[in-house]
Amino acid sequence: MARFAADVPTRGGFSFDLCQRNEMLLKKGNQLPTFRKTGTTIVGLVFEDGVILGADTRATEGPIVADKNCEKIHYMAPNIYCCGAGTAADTEAVTDMVSSQLQLHRYATGRESRVITALTLLKSHLFSYQGHVSAALVLGGVDITGPHLHTVYPHGSTDTLPFATMGSGSLAAMAIFESKFREGLTRDEGIKLVSEAICSGIFNDLGSGSNVDVCVITRGQTEYLRNHQLPNPRTYVSSRGYNFLKGHTEVLSTKITPLKSSKVEAAAEVDEMEE
Amino acid sequence: MSIFEYNGSALVAMVGKNCFAIASDRRLGVNLQTVATDFQRIFKIHDKLYIGLSGLATDAQTMYQRLVFRHKLYQLREERDMKPQTFASLVSALLYEKRFGPYFCQPVIAGLGDDDVPFICTMDCLGAKELAKDFVVSGTASESLYGACESMYKPNMESEELFETISQALLSSVDRDCLSGWGGHVLLVTPTEVQERTLKGRMD
Repeated sequence: MARFAADVPTRGGFSFDLCQRNEMLLKKGNQLPTFRKTGTTIVGLVFEDGVILGADTRATEGPIVADKNCEKIHYMAPNIYCCGAGTAADTEAVTDMVSSQLQLHRYATGRESRVITALTLLKSHLFSYQGHVSAALVLGGVDITGPHLHTVYPHGSTDTLPFATMGSGSLAAMAIFESKFREGLTRDEGIKLVSEAICSGIFNDLGSGSNVDVCVITRGQTEYLRNHQLPNPRTYVSSRGYNFLKGHTEVLSTKITPLKSSKVEAAAEVDEMEE
Repeated sequence: MSIFEYNGSALVAMVGKNCFAIASDRRLGVNLQTVATDFQRIFKIHDKLYIGLSGLATDAQTMYQRLVFRHKLYQLREERDMKPQTFASLVSALLYEKRFGPYFCQPVIAGLGDDDVPFICTMDCLGAKELAKDFVVSGTASESLYGACESMYKPNMESEELFETISQALLSSVDRDCLSGWGGHVLLVTPTEVQERTLKGRMD
């Protein structure tokens, strides 16, 4: 029973207690399952007033599309956003964790978060797990020192760049950037270029697909354009659809349990305070 | 064979108009031998929140016990039931804790939130959440289920039509999968009642 008490919420961090059992299963010939990955095309660029981030919206599990419209641009701080590629659980967990750490830091310092802070927190976490936390990120934001764009690799190395692409579609997107990027783009030109780069990834890379998400960060304002472009609409739907009449399915047994309505709460039990 | 194919499973959840349905198959196998035909994969957390666990059956049962434990602690501290979104975050955190030695199960969570808005989500075995507005699938029959649900699903179905649709999607998909089937178990939850039905399917 003392072991059961260890189930109470621990201090956090990873727990390795099933590793031995999983090793044994592997040796017996059972393959490990495929994790959900974000095949992905993610991009970022610096324009005249700030930073624009872009991402596709397909999540894959092996060759199957698990989610046709997932969100790959994660919130870090009001002025900092991060696109994630790699194992979906890792990108979500690491960005959530650093976002919480940044929030606590903001409370402690009373200042707006800086992009370099987020970068250092991410790179030190990823390095300490030696690449096993498989998250490749494009981090961008605007703080008191200006606009910043960084890429973070799963092993913990980082680059600071005026334009960046990551993920399986990075080559397709980088081709667009290398031919059309210049310093000092306007907001509309920047959004158009980012959308073009993501579309290039969507149509040419099999691991990326569906829609284009764009996030524009400037000093004092962030605009998250979810599903900015929908270049892959579902046009083959039959207008009739399937109509299954009641009683179509053979049922062996039915059990109906009424639920008591939660709104009918007796409020009449309050005792008045008496002097 | 993959560890996920050891026991075999099929799970699907769909959203309707102010209601949701969650359905599973009933087979428990050991590789290609069937050991039970009444195995329960969908578990109740509270009146309006259900979780289905596909994958390795022993991990599914362990996960369920841990989740019920955590939910009971939550109820004692907060004096209320957990919202579905909160519960999904809890499941995700418990799975990610075991990132380098994971539980081999993929949960499907379905619940009615505040104002009886239906909520469904699924995760891979590491806890990567996928929130969907229409349907979520999991298990060895998941590829067939994706296809069946894509074509049969319509938005804003009433509870009777939703029941028929989810049953047909489940039965037709498990018929194309050797490792799942032997009937079906469908739970349909509306703000006023819970309908639990057992389906007759092919027993092969």
